[in-house]
Amino acid sequence: MKFGVVVFPGSNCDADCFHAVKNVQGQDCEYIWHQQSKITGFDALVLPGGFSYGDYLRTGAIARFSPVMPAVIDFARQGGLVIGICNGFQILLEAGLLPGAMLRNKSLMFICKPVNLKVLNNRTPFTNQFNKDAVIEVPIAHGEGNYYCDPATLEELQKNGSIVFSYCGPAGEIGDDYNPNGSLSHIAGITNKEGNVLGMMPHPERCSETVLGGTDGFGVFASMIQWLKEARA
Amino acid sequence: MKELSYREMGISDSEYQLVLDIMKREPNYLELGMFAVMWSEHCGYKNSRPLLKNFPTEGPQVILGPGENAGVVDIGDNQGLVFKIESHNHPSAIEPYQGAATGVGGIVRDIFTMGARPIASLNSLRFGELTDVRVRELFSGVVAGIAGYGNCLGIPTVGGEVYFHPCYRGNPLVNAMCVGLVNRDEIALAVAGDVGSPIMIVGAKTGRDGIHGATFASEELSDSSAEKRPSVQVGDPFMEKLLIEACLELIAEDLVAGMQDLGAAGLTSSIAECASKDGRGVQVDVALVPRRELGMTPYEVMLSESQERMLIIPRSGCENRISEIFDKWNLDATVIGQVTGDGLFRVLEGEAVAGEVPVAALTESCPVYRRKGEEPPYYQELKSMDLTNICPADPAEAILKLLASPTIASKRWVYTQYDHQVMTNTAVVPGKGDAAVLRIKDTGKGVALTTDCNSRFVYLDPRIGGMLAVCEAARNLACVGAKPLALTNCLNFGNPEKPQIYWQMENSILGMAEAARALDTPVVSGNVSLYNETAAGAIYPTPVVGMVGLLENLDERCTMDFKTEGDIILLLGSLSPELGGSEYLYLCHGIEGGAVPQPDLKQEKQLIDVLQWLIKQGLIVSAHDISDGGLAVCLAESAIQGKVGFQVDLPVQDNQINGQLFSEAPGRAVVSVKPANLAKAQELAAKSGIAATVIGKVAGQDLIYHDKGKPVATLSLAEASKVWEETIACYMK
Repeated sequence: MKFGVVVFPGSNCDADCFHAVKNVQGQDCEYIWHQQSKITGFDALVLPGGFSYGDYLRTGAIARFSPVMPAVIDFARQGGLVIGICNGFQILLEAGLLPGAMLRNKSLMFICKPVNLKVLNNRTPFTNQFNKDAVIEVPIAHGEGNYYCDPATLEELQKNGSIVFSYCGPAGEIGDDYNPNGSLSHIAGITNKEGNVLGMMPHPERCSETVLGGTDGFGVFASMIQWLKEARA
Repeated sequence: MKELSYREMGISDSEYQLVLDIMKREPNYLELGMFAVMWSEHCGYKNSRPLLKNFPTEGPQVILGPGENAGVVDIGDNQGLVFKIESHNHPSAIEPYQGAATGVGGIVRDIFTMGARPIASLNSLRFGELTDVRVRELFSGVVAGIAGYGNCLGIPTVGGEVYFHPCYRGNPLVNAMCVGLVNRDEIALAVAGDVGSPIMIVGAKTGRDGIHGATFASEELSDSSAEKRPSVQVGDPFMEKLLIEACLELIAEDLVAGMQDLGAAGLTSSIAECASKDGRGVQVDVALVPRRELGMTPYEVMLSESQERMLIIPRSGCENRISEIFDKWNLDATVIGQVTGDGLFRVLEGEAVAGEVPVAALTESCPVYRRKGEEPPYYQELKSMDLTNICPADPAEAILKLLASPTIASKRWVYTQYDHQVMTNTAVVPGKGDAAVLRIKDTGKGVALTTDCNSRFVYLDPRIGGMLAVCEAARNLACVGAKPLALTNCLNFGNPEKPQIYWQMENSILGMAEAARALDTPVVSGNVSLYNETAAGAIYPTPVVGMVGLLENLDERCTMDFKTEGDIILLLGSLSPELGGSEYLYLCHGIEGGAVPQPDLKQEKQLIDVLQWLIKQGLIVSAHDISDGGLAVCLAESAIQGKVGFQVDLPVQDNQINGQLFSEAPGRAVVSVKPANLAKAQELAAKSGIAATVIGKVAGQDLIYHDKGKPVATLSLAEASKVWEETIACYMK
């Protein structure tokens, strides 16, 4: 499978995602510079974390005007797999590929720490290697991960099984004590209605190898590869 | 801008006379400004240079010692580790967020200027007491500033230390360290290259910010310091991120002859430093420097400390490719002058000569002061303080008090604000080990990093305290399994013109040098921050050590947490009753005194070696050195991190239980071993002349301390954890 990691000025998890796909999963991987207006030959795209354009206006707000974005949107509309992690998630929201918006963390501070996630839907291209309701540990690192949407959108997300990951306790308990950023309905990751675009604040590429203290993120990329294999077969 | 007199610029009468002798005429305002910044302590090291000569700077592991933007050590595989620590104390005292942020920006530029990819940041911070609202503002501002800048760059902040003491109330210390990875054949130097080479400036546009920042950093803080807020620069980490990527592309394609960042004293300093190395001259036209403000004078352009700017001297024929790369990253690169052969630093404004000074006058002619120190009266008085009559505190209460001391308590509130995992190399995260450990991708090896200094020890006995700072850093690296390689230091002191301060500085440098020699950790880079004083007095002398070590096999690493019930707890090194300078005396008795425990450098080296061997052979499962809070706190921290309790029984003599529990004597560590490996571990230690005494085992959910079978203190793990984990967050709510 061939993955593309989109690089915006200010992306800083681009090399990490590249490493997780290429060296850990053993897949083909290439960087896609934000000035490129055509994307061809890719099976999946990764929008990595970082501070695109410094995030000075609002996270992801400038990146969505990058020349590469119409091509990313096209790719997604045609059913291509797109995963946006952290800043990548914020860009997907700004670009309208996913519904809702990000607010600053409730604490108003940047938070970097491991959190527990519950896999609410394991029938997606990004979670098929997990059991339903599995609890996994994945680190977060963001200042604006407080997801928000209007009640109608939330209902829609819930109805369609689009809330893929929610923050939880070590035994899968859901509650404010386990919500690191004040996110609505404890949302950590959502897909679009079609299920081929995922945005998540936690960083699976940071926990794909034992040397980094955990491997629960490995399954996210492995799920994508598995789904692509089946789609091809 | 109001014109300053030479005295207001920080030039003394005798220095002004020296300027007249060199110039053989009155310098104009621009020239005077250039002398003032280049001859400031910050740039010229005029008070510290003779002392710095005492440091050992060589060794087979040293690729590049002091003199460049940062030092470089060999880590094998044709790779070098580039590192340096630097202060941003005065700016942070006035404007904590931007002061700390631009401190990070400055040290990161020093690293990638060398052609290295920055891979980690650390810091060493000192504040007053958290009960003080102004201190809390400074603390939260500084931490947020470090986070805001470093997180945006995508460089993990993986370690550091934070101390709280009243002596830092008005003059916090903010020392930032950066570590980079470089291929040996790609090390870039700040040199001028060939005569006729163009000089390019790239990055941010030049404004009026930070003019005379270097001078400001070289005087005491006073009530009027807040008026110098315009001397503090504003950081733009996004611009810096672009500069990192673009400059590393230039290096990878071998396009530059010389590269230098613009830091303290701006264009003046970076150009002079490049030119002086090759005995070259330079001619620059300030009219060509891109500005963000109108009507700037040549003086303002040459002295501006606007952040995120780099000076590039291209290899001949590479100018176009360089422009292409900067275009790709949307950066403005402008030719502002060229290298000449006449040894003069000529500043033009269009056609007109705005100033002309010999390069060597700014660098080599900087005056050097060999001052005379004077032993302060407090030294003998505190050293000979009789501690035998102190009524011992209840051990359980004392342990809780120590765990609740912000200096000892968990720094989680701090490091969760730092992105410490980006780059996916952090193998031992903050709080888990005595040092941070990073993997070096594609090699199987790792590096360990730490910053250390117990300034109370240095205050009480500068020479011993200086030695202890080096010893602790090396011990911390050994506790994660690394071989200590070399160090960088940030020498924070008061006003060196005062003989008693100079005495502190001189002796602590001698102590550090002695320990660095004994432990084979040469000094490859460093920074001096003097005049850390307010009306309330000088800070404690705080020579911070930043040290790097190598793990040949990353799998052979160790953390501090106890692992499994039934594991045996061993004390490496001996029990000691010496309480001099301890946190226990300070917290429980209000005493900062007594004789500071003297390290045995030979034993310290042996301990450091033994720890590495034990870890390499997989004989121990946890290791934690004994430092702040003594053995009692060391054990508690391993238990809290491991979420499992212990029972220890100390072979205490002569009713000295509090001494044994709370002594911060060096040369000691607590390790845990599987019962099956006990004999082997003890044998290995014995062979190296290190005592390895069984003091207990990992067990249960309580922290139980006994003295020859008699209970001394019992705490529940839950209670100890809560106190240790929540103290700082509680203050900061």
